[in-house]
Amino acid sequence: MKFRYFGGSALLAEVASSAAAQQLRHALLQADIVGVRELVPGYNTLLIEFDPLILDMAKLERRLPKLSEQPPPAWEQREHEISVRYDGEDLQEVARLAGIGIAEVIQRHCAPLYTVAFLGFAPGFPYLSGLDPKLQVPRLKSPRTRVAAGSVAIAGEFAGIYPQATPGGWRVLGHTDSVLFDAGRAQPALLTPGDKLRFRPLP
Amino acid sequence: MITVLEPGRSTSLQDRGREGFAHLGVPHAGAADSLSLRQANLLVGNNEYAAALEMTLNGPVLRFEVEAVMALAGGRVDARLDDAPVPMYQSVAVQAGQTLNCGPVRTGVRSYLAVAGGFSAAAVLGSVSADTLARLGPSVLQGGETLAMQARRLQQGWYWRTPPEFRAQAVVRVVAGPHAEWFAAGTYDELLHTEFEVRSDSDRSGLRLAGAELTRASQNELGSQGMVSGAIQVPGDGRPIVLLCNHGATGGYPVLAVVIAADLPQLGQLRPGARLRFQSVSREQALAALQVAEQDLLHGLVTADRGLLAARSLIALAKSHPELRAAHLRVDGRQVRLRR
Repeated sequence: MKFRYFGGSALLAEVASSAAAQQLRHALLQADIVGVRELVPGYNTLLIEFDPLILDMAKLERRLPKLSEQPPPAWEQREHEISVRYDGEDLQEVARLAGIGIAEVIQRHCAPLYTVAFLGFAPGFPYLSGLDPKLQVPRLKSPRTRVAAGSVAIAGEFAGIYPQATPGGWRVLGHTDSVLFDAGRAQPALLTPGDKLRFRPLP
Repeated sequence: MITVLEPGRSTSLQDRGREGFAHLGVPHAGAADSLSLRQANLLVGNNEYAAALEMTLNGPVLRFEVEAVMALAGGRVDARLDDAPVPMYQSVAVQAGQTLNCGPVRTGVRSYLAVAGGFSAAAVLGSVSADTLARLGPSVLQGGETLAMQARRLQQGWYWRTPPEFRAQAVVRVVAGPHAEWFAAGTYDELLHTEFEVRSDSDRSGLRLAGAELTRASQNELGSQGMVSGAIQVPGDGRPIVLLCNHGATGGYPVLAVVIAADLPQLGQLRPGARLRFQSVSREQALAALQVAEQDLLHGLVTADRGLLAARSLIALAKSHPELRAAHLRVDGRQVRLRR
């Protein structure tokens, strides 16, 4: 693990895997260090944002190696199933890029047990790791000005789901009725980092 | 209650913003100039991060339906209460039925209107901030809507010792960013030696700058990662973006430098066309500057009531010393106590 200074109020831990980022995040949550404001997982990173008036960066830095080596504390790992209507506007183009049929695109998209590597871009938007290499196609050259809420999409090595209508450049394979983010719920985001997820095709 | 007669260009409720939800992709939002928000609130005896109105470039016209005490801070507005000019940076009594016409923001970009007791609105994830990026919380003000206020004993006679001035040029301090190897050698120096101009497509998410096209060593995409306010991101076109309060929780462009916390409020007051320079400091200097800024905030507020000021000093002491359990001060024959 390596640390980078991210200004005067944050450290960026670079870790080997998304699992290592989850482990460090949960170790830090358990340690309950006064002054830590945000623990944001990213692509093989964990951003630790803190209040420098309360927490001394040097002290935090000294504690981190130990925390990252600790056996991971037990945390609730949830598994979700998301039903998808495979009627996306990019389904055909993805099949063409991958050199396979539409049925095989759907089958390969549904096969893996994905992990929520991190959330970002919009509230509740999951970056799902575990996408079949055959489906790893580049994002659209020119993003759409509006992608509908519930769009199930892929880009690069990630699969994702748009929680709300936004502009976006991921390739849309289908749509789901699952509500990914609702600020009024006790747990606003359906998915949290580290959760497992499977897609199920609707007939 | 306040009735919005005209909403202004983009007026919204803002407080400290949403903390602790960035791992779910939720932006912080909150006031773009947190210092002016805190000053406006302190002037009317509120919690410094109580919800206040943030007005942008052109302020609203509001009718107070109840008696109130208000204060304006931030960019200068020539506000009028009925026909009388309203001084900024001091608490002002308002009678029920009076109309406040804020008018254009003459210096800076944003002005803040606080009322004693604070505005009340339904909190979303712990904040009433209007998030203009993720569309959380209330929307920007609409004509005809009403704003609820908390009932509060009104106190007057507070003013700010030395109100800040907002200019069309600024120098803000930065520390080197986390992604040095993503840039050509000398790019950080180029950042420091360039006078940038704030572009007109800037908003609460970020200041977009023109003035130099900074050279990236790699055009690869950085893996998405958590971002902080003040991060100076450099996209493929080399034109830097300084992230402001309503930035996305994660981002995928390398970060050349990070504006220090003490200077973040200034960024929220730079209007399109403003000139911006960066000055490099160490992380130790960044922390010292933040401590000075917090001290200045404590000492800027002036009132005849020394007991209240003593209470504020104790609260500041408690903030900087989490282990402190109890303390007291004697002022003008009165005891001011702090107990956790």
